[in-house]
Amino acid sequence: MKTAKTLIYAAILLLPSMSMAQDKYGTRNGEISFFSSTPMEDISAINTKVASVFVPTTGTIEFSALIKAFEFEKALMQEHFNENYMESSTFPKATFKGKLVPAEGDDLSKTGIHAVNVEGMLTIHGVEKPMKAKGTVEVGADGTVKAMCDFDIKPEDHGITIPGVVRAKIAQTITAKVRVTLSKL
Amino acid sequence: MTRLVFAFAVCATTSLSAQDDLLSLLGKDSAEVAYTTASFKTTRVINGHSLENTAHGVLDFRIGHRMGFVSGGIDQLFGLDQATIRLGFDYGITDRIMVGFGRSSYQKTLDGFVKYKLLRQCDQGCTMPFTLALVAATSVTTLKADQVPWFAAGRQDYFSHRLSYSFQAVVGRKFNESLTLQLSPGVVHRNLVVTDQDRNDLLNVGMAGRLKLSKRVTLNAEYFYVLPDQGPPDAFHNSLAVGFDIETGGHVFQLQFTNSTGMFERAYITETTGDFFQGDIHFGFNISRVFTVYDPKAKARRKQEERKARMG
Repeated sequence: MKTAKTLIYAAILLLPSMSMAQDKYGTRNGEISFFSSTPMEDISAINTKVASVFVPTTGTIEFSALIKAFEFEKALMQEHFNENYMESSTFPKATFKGKLVPAEGDDLSKTGIHAVNVEGMLTIHGVEKPMKAKGTVEVGADGTVKAMCDFDIKPEDHGITIPGVVRAKIAQTITAKVRVTLSKL
Repeated sequence: MTRLVFAFAVCATTSLSAQDDLLSLLGKDSAEVAYTTASFKTTRVINGHSLENTAHGVLDFRIGHRMGFVSGGIDQLFGLDQATIRLGFDYGITDRIMVGFGRSSYQKTLDGFVKYKLLRQCDQGCTMPFTLALVAATSVTTLKADQVPWFAAGRQDYFSHRLSYSFQAVVGRKFNESLTLQLSPGVVHRNLVVTDQDRNDLLNVGMAGRLKLSKRVTLNAEYFYVLPDQGPPDAFHNSLAVGFDIETGGHVFQLQFTNSTGMFERAYITETTGDFFQGDIHFGFNISRVFTVYDPKAKARRKQEERKARMG
């Protein structure tokens, strides 16, 4: 009886460590790029140092991108992006916390390509907003997971004001592309 | 039974905390070196050099314009009848070295300079608390021989007489998002001076600062103090300027009030004739327009894209 009790305790204590042992994937070199197109000017930037962690069993995914790590073609654009719009010294990071929801009956821990719905909270410029988009997850046999998603952002939604003089140069809706290759942690 | 509940509580909290910061699994954020940016809106505070350089590959076309003295009164439409102008091009050879040249209507002067950021204030990953920029400038007046200030009948007009030099060490710090202060000790050397009381070398100290009023507007002020006992007293005044920077995307407009007429070092540091507090003030503006003529990161980006294409 005593041994049985001990066994149960041991099993319970092991539970959390077992859940820790579930497969997690991560990277520090994810890519997020965005593109703004107007007849006046095209603006694009890329960040290749995005941190991300993904847990296939639960579908949980998180992203963190340093705003200052977005690189523009023009140095002045980058300065203005940080100083005038994103205020990156006050809000250094953009984050996303959410879930990848596969189609009914699909399992994200299986090798192959999965279409998913991305749902979660996107925080940019200190303003948190719910976000929904469609994405793809490719679980490789080699222990990597590729995730991609395109979504639209409206600067106004995140409290970023664009003054009249440059309004014509910055698109109302900016397209962001996420491309990450995660490997097993 | 209580022990069982306790054990459940323990495992519940551990799994919760694991959920809370998944990203911590990646370890600490790497402390990449990041230097302070945007301590001033542009490379000049008003007349003098600021802590900033034009970025690598960026060409900055600058138009400087000073009206006449406000003290000219209604006869001169408070100075609007006259204008002194400097047109210049600055270029960033690297992020730390910039060169520039300009042509001023003031004494028909050509000027050129090299500016090197020796030390850079650090935001992250290093400890440097301030920025130090070294500026070496030279100017040559192209006035006709009988129009130069030191003209005397019969005196040989040498090219070297027309040259002057300025060396400055601009040291300063961006204290926070809105406040930047800088000091710029320097020396102006004139190859030829007008009287024998004038010294060829004039030691001076510039002090300048900016206060950000909004994201796109800053209040700037600068003062150049020429150390005493270096020439005939009261011949010239120290240069004082107060103005606003207004940034609109690719342009920076600087509007200012200053007692200096010229816009290169010898002129504003050593030849300011106006007494600011007697109304000898020029209203003026600088317009800075930048063009990216070379993109230093383009090559790396192209390579990355090629690599990506190869990998499919």
